[in-house]
Amino acid sequence: MDYAGVVGLEVLYMIAFLALTSAGLAIVFGMMRVINLAHGEFVMLGGYTTIACYNAGIDIYFAMLVVAPLVVGIIGLIVERTIIRFLYGRMIDTMLATWGLSLLLIGLVTLIFGNTAVSVPAPISGYQLGEYQMGGYNLFIILVACALFVAMWGVLRFTRAGLIARGAMQGAEVVSSLGYDPRKVYMITFTAGAALSGLAGGVLAPLTGLLPSAGGAYIAKAFITVITGGAAVISGTLSSAVIFGTVDQFVSFATDPVVGEIAMLALAIILLRLMPRGITGRFFRDGT
Amino acid sequence: MIAWQSVGRMRWGWFLVAAAILALLPLAADTHTPTVLLIWALFALSLGMMWGYAGLLSFGHSAYFGLGAYTYAVAVINIGESTLPLLLAVLVPAIVAGVIGAMMFYGRISDVYMGVITLVVTLILFKFMSATAGDAYVIGAARLGGFNGIPGFQTLNVPGYPDISLFGLPTYYVCAAALLLCYLVCRWILARSFGRVLVGIRENEERCELMGYNVPAYKTAIFAVAAAMAGLAGCLFANWAEIVTPRLFSLGQAAEVLIWVIVGGLGTLIGPILGAIALGYVKILLGEQTVIDNSLILGALLIVVVLGIPRGVVPALQRVWAYGSRRSRRRQAQPGTARRTLGPSPGEQR
Repeated sequence: MDYAGVVGLEVLYMIAFLALTSAGLAIVFGMMRVINLAHGEFVMLGGYTTIACYNAGIDIYFAMLVVAPLVVGIIGLIVERTIIRFLYGRMIDTMLATWGLSLLLIGLVTLIFGNTAVSVPAPISGYQLGEYQMGGYNLFIILVACALFVAMWGVLRFTRAGLIARGAMQGAEVVSSLGYDPRKVYMITFTAGAALSGLAGGVLAPLTGLLPSAGGAYIAKAFITVITGGAAVISGTLSSAVIFGTVDQFVSFATDPVVGEIAMLALAIILLRLMPRGITGRFFRDGT
Repeated sequence: MIAWQSVGRMRWGWFLVAAAILALLPLAADTHTPTVLLIWALFALSLGMMWGYAGLLSFGHSAYFGLGAYTYAVAVINIGESTLPLLLAVLVPAIVAGVIGAMMFYGRISDVYMGVITLVVTLILFKFMSATAGDAYVIGAARLGGFNGIPGFQTLNVPGYPDISLFGLPTYYVCAAALLLCYLVCRWILARSFGRVLVGIRENEERCELMGYNVPAYKTAIFAVAAAMAGLAGCLFANWAEIVTPRLFSLGQAAEVLIWVIVGGLGTLIGPILGAIALGYVKILLGEQTVIDNSLILGALLIVVVLGIPRGVVPALQRVWAYGSRRSRRRQAQPGTARRTLGPSPGEQR
């Protein structure tokens, strides 16, 4: 029974992890059809921001929930203005440029922070579940992921900005003919996506030691979650996060974590072959 | 389009000059570094052929490079004589790519989705090979060795004579010959109708389909050919480095070859080769100091090229060259004919 609880919590944590790290990428892909391959580095920068703030004596929750999204959001804005905006409509070129950006950021962070792992202690201590020792911080991450997706859904569903965003998703031309500048919408979207990546990086920083190359660990998982999910931001990301998180953890518990990850990646290939437009391209077409 | 004009046109003079330079280079310099530059050039050529002419971008081309290297290492440890392992190192990547390519192209998967799948394939190989430490992972007599890879296998030998193994200067000549041979194979493919159809697919896939060409078959075929060349490059790399590690499959390796190709030039064969040699040399130079990270330079370069010269350096230079020679030709022409190009004469107006 306890063991089932442990497995259940780990599955939930993995789903939350995937949903959290994919949210920024999903918004940018869903609205702009732009794949940001520097997404993993945005997450990594969020982590470094949190650690730098923590070392400067700022409260860690404030650092991860406010400072990290702000800093990475500003970086995202700069990137959009200097690189992305010249490449709208050229999907492959955008991917190449952002891959370059990813390498550039890795190089810069190595230059500044050095190529050594840094970390912060988790602010929530562990607890006992029957005879198993559990990390209490994992629960916090599940909570943050839930809150984030409820908030995203609320904004998209009930606010004017959300209405414009959904409109831009379905038909950018209609939105622009109604007087909204699509370039401005895209700029805000990319900034918001970067801020979400920063949030994910900040929240995850206490769990993983950070290296300049840490982004590579996120990008592949986020990439397959978003692409397999399809164009609908919330339902797509959530459904593929649930599928991949469950498969990864069950296989991991049955064999070992590496096999779990390989199973997840192999499943992504199969799902993409069966549903080339993603899960939401096939099932819930009208969702957000 | 410039790329189109150069398809199938073989400049034998330049080819012979390049071959002569490659043949005489060992007289002037140590061959250790040039050897690996030629191997990287071959690797870049294989991606440049597929991406530049058929328009298929693989984000995980390093998968086939690594597969070639691993296949050679495992096979040569088990067999002992290097001729069959060399063939296998070309065949295995080609077959794997054929299967994956058929799966993708007959499923009508393209651009970003193809990007995900190719990337995921190389990631799977990377994760798997990194986790193969221990006695459980053995192929015949070869231990896969996890993150440390397979060290100390036999290098290439003269076919039929396992005792006469090659290293140093002979390996350099083998690599140079492989590069020149693969270049000729690429030229030959492009000169044939197969190559023409590939370029047609790049320009307009739907039209080719409607003209009755089996587009998925063509794409699968060039994907396998490119993988075979990458496998050969991987095999030669294994011989040069005398160790294979999972790093061959890494995203960094995949990004690197892509940058070499796009900086060198899409839609040319010489562009990727020159790009790989130049940037590979920069990488080796940067590896000797620790102030500036190599990925910083490569990343910045990739952004600048994509924003500024999206087709790469060599096509841009060709355009400048063509523009210059057109101008000088026009200057030599008669004034009367030059005026005609300004606009239709009054009699021709409707």
